[in-house]
Amino acid sequence: MKDKASQPVIEARGLNLVFQTADGPVQALKDVNLTINQGDFVSFIGPSGCGKTTFLRAIAALEHPTSGTLTVNGMPPDEARRRRAYGYVFQAAGLYPWRTIAGNIRLPLEIMGFSRAEQDERTARVLDLVELTGFGKKFPWQLSGGMQQRASIARALAFDADILLMDEPFGALDEIVRDRLNEEVLKLWARTGKTIGFVTHSIPEAVYLSTKIVVMSPRPGRITDVIDSPLPKERPLDIRDSREFIEIAHRVREGLRAGHHDD
Amino acid sequence: MTALWIAIGVWLAAWALNVWLSASPISQTRLGKLLVPLVFGATVLVLWEGLVRGLGVAPVILPAPSAIAAKIAVSLPILWQDFAQTILKGAIPGFLIGAGAAFLVAIAIDRSPFLQRGLLPIGNFVAALPIVGLAPILVMWFGFDWQSKAAVVVVMVFFPMLVNIVAGLQASERMQRDLMATWGASYVQTLVKLRLPAAMPFVFNGLKIASTLALIGAIVAEFFGSPVYGMGFRISTEVGRLGLDMVWAEIAVAALAGSALYGLIALIERWVTFWHPSQRH
Repeated sequence: MKDKASQPVIEARGLNLVFQTADGPVQALKDVNLTINQGDFVSFIGPSGCGKTTFLRAIAALEHPTSGTLTVNGMPPDEARRRRAYGYVFQAAGLYPWRTIAGNIRLPLEIMGFSRAEQDERTARVLDLVELTGFGKKFPWQLSGGMQQRASIARALAFDADILLMDEPFGALDEIVRDRLNEEVLKLWARTGKTIGFVTHSIPEAVYLSTKIVVMSPRPGRITDVIDSPLPKERPLDIRDSREFIEIAHRVREGLRAGHHDD
Repeated sequence: MTALWIAIGVWLAAWALNVWLSASPISQTRLGKLLVPLVFGATVLVLWEGLVRGLGVAPVILPAPSAIAAKIAVSLPILWQDFAQTILKGAIPGFLIGAGAAFLVAIAIDRSPFLQRGLLPIGNFVAALPIVGLAPILVMWFGFDWQSKAAVVVVMVFFPMLVNIVAGLQASERMQRDLMATWGASYVQTLVKLRLPAAMPFVFNGLKIASTLALIGAIVAEFFGSPVYGMGFRISTEVGRLGLDMVWAEIAVAALAGSALYGLIALIERWVTFWHPSQRH
């Protein structure tokens, strides 16, 4: 894996995205340039309307840029999607209520045509990875919000895509559950070496998790700062009281404030 | 007059019994839940019987339940023949064909926005045609036998089913469809694994409405021409002969058949859409 490290996985050059709405065109992304390397943990942070979710969705080919280039693994996002390059975790778990937890995790595997035996094996493995072993036969509505979100992460991991895109996955959860899940995501990242794109509203969450923090600002949505985190890869929760952590958080806050002066 | 007083006495007693039943813990058991409506139904019958006997109501106006039951008992072969003709041959095939056609058209509409603009208004137009105008025409086209009755039922069932299935196919959440997209799912995979299951609560709503329409359609269509049997034929001719007990016997069969069909659909619905908030217990 070493030779693959620091190889660009996602590259955006001069990316613009304009939505046509009833009130006229809205520039959701303006001249976005960004390189994400293999194994990076990249957070996108900014106020609502800054285009962070739109950018993540564009990477996943759920939105289509108006101009500029965007490549995923060296190919257009649509092509990468067809090759199942990424798992996507949304703000809500979005589990299908007529399927059990195991059935939900199995769903992408069924669609991608894995054999029955491999479906079972992979489902069991990711359930264990998110510490939901024994809950496979439950239905989503029988589980707490945090457990549902963990199941949705397991579902995104099941087919072992190299890129994991997470759009405010813990936004709806309380802070205690959130801390725990943040730790789990870090462990997961360390264990799997995946490239992760993570959208968040929370400065501590962004600083705690990321190797690269992308600060964005709204109207039009654009990148105002990209911070490479000097924090070590191993991060206990109390790293959040360290001087480096506070310095990075301060810089992120400054970046967010600078973006707002333009209004 | 004694019959009337007995009936009123039974009514008051049964009323008191049901009030007591609903308040007692028995009402939480399965038996209790069944008992309350049964007592209520029995009371209605007793009261009806007492009113008709006590007030000497003419059988042409309203026959007593016992008279209707007696008529049913001696007319079983005729009732069965009528039931087979109208329900088994007219209503149920028409119901299945109409619902099936609505399903296929709903998929076509879903695939093409052009059809959505063209077919929905036409369906709406057909649904607005009065059945008493449509039935004679379909009898002319498809003959006196059950085929024309099934055709009337198809027309009646088609539109409510179509509207419900089209609405149901829109019922999945955007996020759930986006998920399917990120997995590179095809149209058919998305349809089978996401959109059809999500549509089921709507589909069953449509089926329940359509089941009652199917019975009405099959019976009324027989007023406009039929062989010398069938529930609609029997009702219209017996009314002419003042054989109201036979009319009521047919009504009882129709009510039973309708309830059974509705109950069957509701049962399947519970089994298929167990996950829906309205079905979770």
